[in-house]
Amino acid sequence: MDGVMLSRIQFAANISFHILFPAITIALGWILLFLKLRFNATKDEAWMDAYKFWVKVFALSFAMGVVSGVTMSFQFGTNWPGYMERVGNIAGPLLAYEVITAFFLEATFLAVMLFGYGRVPDRLHTLATLLVALGTTMSAFWILVLNSWMQTPAGFEIRGGVAHATDWAAIILNPSMPFRVTHMLLASGLTASFLVAGLSAYRWLRGDDSPGVMRAMRVGVFVAATLIPLQILAGDMHGLNTLHHQPQKVAAMEGIWETERGAGLRLFAWPDDANRTNRYAVEVPYLGSLILTHSWEGEIRGLNEFAGEHPPMLPVFLAFRVMVGMGVLMLLVSWWAAFSFWRRGRVSRPAAWALAGMTFSGWVATLAGWYTTEIGRQPWLVTGILRTGEAAGPVPAGTVATSLAAYLAVYAFLLLAYVGTLMHLARRPALTGPDAPGEPKRPGLPAAATLVPGE
Amino acid sequence: METLPEGAWLPMVFAGLMGLAMLLYAVLDGFDLGVGIMLRAAPEEAERDRMIHSIGPFWDANETWLVLGVGLLLVAFPRAHGMILTALYIPVLLMLVGLIARGVAFEFRTKAPEAQKPRWDLAFQGGSLLAGFSQGWMLGVYILGFAEGWGALLFALFCGVFICAGYALIGASWLVWRTEGALQERAVRWARIALILTGIGVVAVSLATPFASPRIMERWFSFPEILGLAPIPVATGALFLVVFLSLRHLPRRDAALDWVPFAATAGIFILCFQGLAYSFWPYVVPDRLTIFEAASAPESLLIILVGTLVVLPVIIAYTVLVWRWFGGKAQALKYY
Repeated sequence: MDGVMLSRIQFAANISFHILFPAITIALGWILLFLKLRFNATKDEAWMDAYKFWVKVFALSFAMGVVSGVTMSFQFGTNWPGYMERVGNIAGPLLAYEVITAFFLEATFLAVMLFGYGRVPDRLHTLATLLVALGTTMSAFWILVLNSWMQTPAGFEIRGGVAHATDWAAIILNPSMPFRVTHMLLASGLTASFLVAGLSAYRWLRGDDSPGVMRAMRVGVFVAATLIPLQILAGDMHGLNTLHHQPQKVAAMEGIWETERGAGLRLFAWPDDANRTNRYAVEVPYLGSLILTHSWEGEIRGLNEFAGEHPPMLPVFLAFRVMVGMGVLMLLVSWWAAFSFWRRGRVSRPAAWALAGMTFSGWVATLAGWYTTEIGRQPWLVTGILRTGEAAGPVPAGTVATSLAAYLAVYAFLLLAYVGTLMHLARRPALTGPDAPGEPKRPGLPAAATLVPGE
Repeated sequence: METLPEGAWLPMVFAGLMGLAMLLYAVLDGFDLGVGIMLRAAPEEAERDRMIHSIGPFWDANETWLVLGVGLLLVAFPRAHGMILTALYIPVLLMLVGLIARGVAFEFRTKAPEAQKPRWDLAFQGGSLLAGFSQGWMLGVYILGFAEGWGALLFALFCGVFICAGYALIGASWLVWRTEGALQERAVRWARIALILTGIGVVAVSLATPFASPRIMERWFSFPEILGLAPIPVATGALFLVVFLSLRHLPRRDAALDWVPFAATAGIFILCFQGLAYSFWPYVVPDRLTIFEAASAPESLLIILVGTLVVLPVIIAYTVLVWRWFGGKAQALKYY
C-alpha cells in the first residue's frame, strides 16, 4: 500500500476515534446545564445526583476528545502538508478561531465545572457549566464551517496556485454549512441522549432505581424522542443540498450508475465498482426520484457523468444505509420508551433493554454519516481545488505504516478502557445526597487532595 | 542592520505570538509534565493523588497553549509547518502517544476500577516522560537545523533528557509551592536533583548551539552585540543561584517563600527561550526559511490578528480568575 493510502487510513482512524467523544460532549454539556438548572430551581438532590454522575462521564469523554484532537492538529502537518500550502489562507483562520474562541473557554472553565462545586459560588458553577457547553458547541461550529467549506468552497480566488480569501462572510456561510452544522449538532444530541438513556436504563435494570437514575433516563428518552424526527427532516434537507452541490456524492449514496428518470429507491444492493453495476438490488420503483426531486419522473444524474471525479460507490452506499437504518431504529426505540413513560410514568422492562442495547447507537450513526459525506467527496480533499493525493507529504510509506500501527493500538486500547470504565461507573451504587457512600471524606487532607470531579 | 521586507510587521507579530504560546506551553504544561515525571517517586497513593490534584484544574488549559502554538505555526507559516512536522515525524508521534497516555490517565485513574489504578499511574508517568523527552528531541533536531547522522541524533536524545530534567525542576518547584508536609519535603529533594541536571543541560546546549551553526556563533559573539546579550546568561546564572539558595532553606514554617523556586525556574525558562529565539531570528526553519518567506497572505493574517487581539485578553483574564479560585494551599476547602 502506498504512503497516501496509509496516510488516509491513519487520518480516517484518528478522526473516527476523535469524533466519538465530541459527539457525546457537545450535547452532554447542554444536558448537564439542564440538570443543574433543574437542581437550582427545585433544590431536589436527585437532579444533582444525576449531574454528578454525568459530569464524570463528561470529564472522561472530554479528555479523550482533547488528546485525540491534539493528535489531529499535528497530523495536518505530519501527513498532509499540501493541504495547508494550498488552502492555508482559509483553513488557517478558521482553525485559529476555533482555538481562541472555543478551546480555551472549554478547557479553562472545565476546571470550575468539575472541581468548583462547593468551592466557588453556586451561580459561578452554573455559569461555568454554560460556558463549557457553549465552548464545545462553538468549537464544533468552526470545525464544521471548515469541513463545509472543503465540501462546497466559496468566497475565495486562486492566485499563484494558492487559495486566497476574498469574502469571509461567503466562506463562513458557504452553501452546505447551515445544513451540516444542524445535522451534526442534532447527531450529537442523539448520541448523548441515547447514551444517557441507555446507561441509565442499564443501571435501572441492574436494580438501581434511585431518583437520580430515573430522572436521567427520562431526560435522555424525551430528548431523543424529540430530536429524532427533527434529525430525519434535517438529514433530508442536507441530502437535497448535497444533490445540488455534490451530485456525484448523492449518486453514490443512491446507487445510481447511469443517469435516469423515474429512478427507483435502492433499499439494498451490493454496488460493484469494478463492473459499475449493482448486485442483489432490491428497489422500490420511482421512489428515488420522488424523494430527491419531489417528482415521479425527476432525473437523477448517475456516476457516468463524473468520470474520474467521483468516489467509490460501495462504501458510500453502505455507510449511508447504516446511518439511515440506525436512524429508523432510534425513532422506534425512543418513541416506544417515551410512550411507555407517558402512559405509565416509567419505562417497561423490554423498552429498558432496548434502550440499553442502543446506548452507543449514536456512535454508529454518526460514524456512518461521516463516512458517507467524507468518502463521498473523494477524490477531492477540497472540492475542485485540491485532490487528496496531492496534499500528502513526503514521509516514506514504512514510517507511516509504523505510526498507523501505533495509533491503532492506542485507540483500540483506549476505546476498550473507555467503554469498560463507563460500565464500571454504571455498576457502582448511585450517590444519594451529600454524604454519599463511595466518596470517602478525608477531612485531614489539604485542599488539593479533596478535588474529586463533581464534588 | 538587516533591512526588513515591506509589510514585515505581520509575520513578526505572528512569530512573537507563536513564540509566546510555545513559551507559555513550556512553562505551564512543563510543570504538569514534571509532576507526572515524578509521580511514582511518591510511595503513597494519597501523595500521588495530591500531586495530580494540584495540577488537575490547570492541565487542560495548559495543554491548549501547545495547540495554539502549533496552530499559529500552521496558520501563519504553513510552509514551515509542513517542513518542520514532516521532518519531526517520529518524535511528534512519540509525543502524541505520550500526551494521549498522560491526558486520559488523569480521568481513568479515578474512574476505572480501583485495581487498575497503579497501571494508570504508570501510564501517567510514562506518558509525561515520553512527551517531555520527545519535545526535547524535537528541540535538539531543530537546534541542529534538521541535520542528520548519529551525532545529531545523540544530541537530540541528550536534549530529550535535559528537557525532562527541566520539566522535573519546574514540576518539583510547583509542588514546593502548592503542597505541604512530607510531600513538600520530598519535592524539595526532587527539585535539588533536577536543578543540577537542568544546569548541566543549559550549559551544554548553550555551548553546542553556536558550534552547530556558524551564523549563530557570529550572532552571539560579535562586537558590540555581545555587550547587549551578556545579561541573558548572567541573569540565567543568577536565577539558578536563587533556586539553589531557596531550596536550601525550604520548606520554611511560614510558607511565605514557597513560590520562589517556581518563579525563578519560570524565569530560567523565559531566558533560555529568549536566547534560543535570538539565535534563530529571523528563521522559522533554521538557516532555510525565514518567517517572511513562510508567512501566509496578509489578509488572512490580519483576520486572525483581529480575533486574537480581541480574545487573548479575555483568555488571560479568565485564566487569571481560575488560577485565583484554585490558588494557594487553601486548607479550608469544605466538602459541601
